[in-house]
Amino acid sequence: MTTPMLSNKEGKKTTAAPYNTKVAGFFDSLKENKLTGTRCVKCKTVYCPPRADCSKCMTSEVEWFELSGRGKLIAYTVVYVSPETWEKFVPYAVALIELEEGPKILAALRDVKQEDIKVGMPVRVVYFETPEGYTVYGFTKA
Amino acid sequence: MKRVAIVGAGCSKFGKREDASMQELAFEAVKKALDDAEVTTADLDATFVGNANQFLTNQAQPGALVTDYVGMNPKPSYTVVDACSSGSGALRAAWASICSGLHDTALVCGVEKMTEISTAKMTEALGRAGDTRWEVLPTGIPNPGAYALLACVHMHEFGMTDRQLASVAVKAHHYGMMNPLAHFQKKITIEDALKSRMISYPLRLYDCSLVSDGSAAVILASEEKAKEMTDTPVFVDGLGAATDTVALHSRTSFTGLKCAELAAKQAYKMANVGPNDINVACVHDCFTISEIIAYESLGFCERGQGGKFVEEGQSYIGGKIPTNVDGGLKSKGHPLGATGVAMAVEITKQLRGECGQRQVPGAEIGLSHNLGMHGTHAYVHIYRR
Repeated sequence: MTTPMLSNKEGKKTTAAPYNTKVAGFFDSLKENKLTGTRCVKCKTVYCPPRADCSKCMTSEVEWFELSGRGKLIAYTVVYVSPETWEKFVPYAVALIELEEGPKILAALRDVKQEDIKVGMPVRVVYFETPEGYTVYGFTKA
Repeated sequence: MKRVAIVGAGCSKFGKREDASMQELAFEAVKKALDDAEVTTADLDATFVGNANQFLTNQAQPGALVTDYVGMNPKPSYTVVDACSSGSGALRAAWASICSGLHDTALVCGVEKMTEISTAKMTEALGRAGDTRWEVLPTGIPNPGAYALLACVHMHEFGMTDRQLASVAVKAHHYGMMNPLAHFQKKITIEDALKSRMISYPLRLYDCSLVSDGSAAVILASEEKAKEMTDTPVFVDGLGAATDTVALHSRTSFTGLKCAELAAKQAYKMANVGPNDINVACVHDCFTISEIIAYESLGFCERGQGGKFVEEGQSYIGGKIPTNVDGGLKSKGHPLGATGVAMAVEITKQLRGECGQRQVPGAEIGLSHNLGMHGTHAYVHIYRR
């Protein structure tokens, strides 16, 4: 499965992820198969997906760190009717994951049969390349 | 505090309205509301428009076009864009403008034209109301997907069943048959709902509200003006509003919608009533799961008991709190920006005893609950005759 939204039909960069953000380093780390997040230096709140700014402290003092990539599945859906750009991939599973370090992330759930998906099951991050050469993340059963 | 009343109300026919443009739809509801209040546009001080998504019609500044077309120029015009709760946001803003003394009267019009583009394009446009960078683009989650995740948690935590979800749809269609303005007038059974095709597991086709064109309008006035204008004012005596994260991953809980709970608490406190005082309610059933969660957010039942509440018939006329007896978003239809205003229209007519077959006998206090996106915005209004 590819992630069509990272580039348009001509393969050109779109204005969407991973460009035009202060946390573009997240996408550079994905290329090295690392899942990274940010942590507020003041209140230690962990952000993954990363944030450049902590709205609890109104500070931009955040530090990068690498996450274990492990977590548990807290909810899932299997999409049969998709947005236009995803039509050729249906049905596909999307899961809400609670990462070991605390934050939650919404991600593609890959290589698991629907009947094997269980709320609470342990999952781990997987990386894959899109045809355009980007590395993106998903999760699978641990 | 000053009081503000609804003195006129009207709705267009909801449906796939290929016969009318957005502003022509708006005109239908505005005309009905003006006639209902027995006033003209000259009597009104300002226009408040609710419209959710400009991508649906490729018309920027839709509020200005509506204001112009219904003849409200050169009075000031405001537009509220809060996704599916835009109409309730517009009503709240109009209420505040009258309470402040800035205006004495106001026209509130909610309108949406949704069927000019393909379903796939519409799903894309609505889906983009999520967190595009971190959720919509990387995962392809559509708008029903977010509510599907909430349904998944409700099933896992509380044992909610797909039959209970289907019960919401059956009730909606039961009452939609009694509403001549409803989009869909067809009786369905639990089995029909359970056999319908999967959209975003566990939500099936009959768990989803309709993609509709339509408009709704109400005329608001200060208490003093209202008493000059009508013998049957319906006062908006409680208002609650709250917001929550756009990103699902930033939420702390998935067993309910925090912003709706907060908005309900504010509205009850302001109107000095509780859930047991509500005689009739319109709640945001964009998906069957959202009606079940609404019962819980509003305190109609305990958390986790919403499925049982509908299955036992507590939200039918004759039950504890008749809910969505106009057919709801599921059967009446869900033209996004119109929805919140259409709820206000239904409650006004219920409290005036004008709802015919679907009238809740003797209703005195009503409530509307309107969500934007996947519980990112919530508005609760309490009405009293």
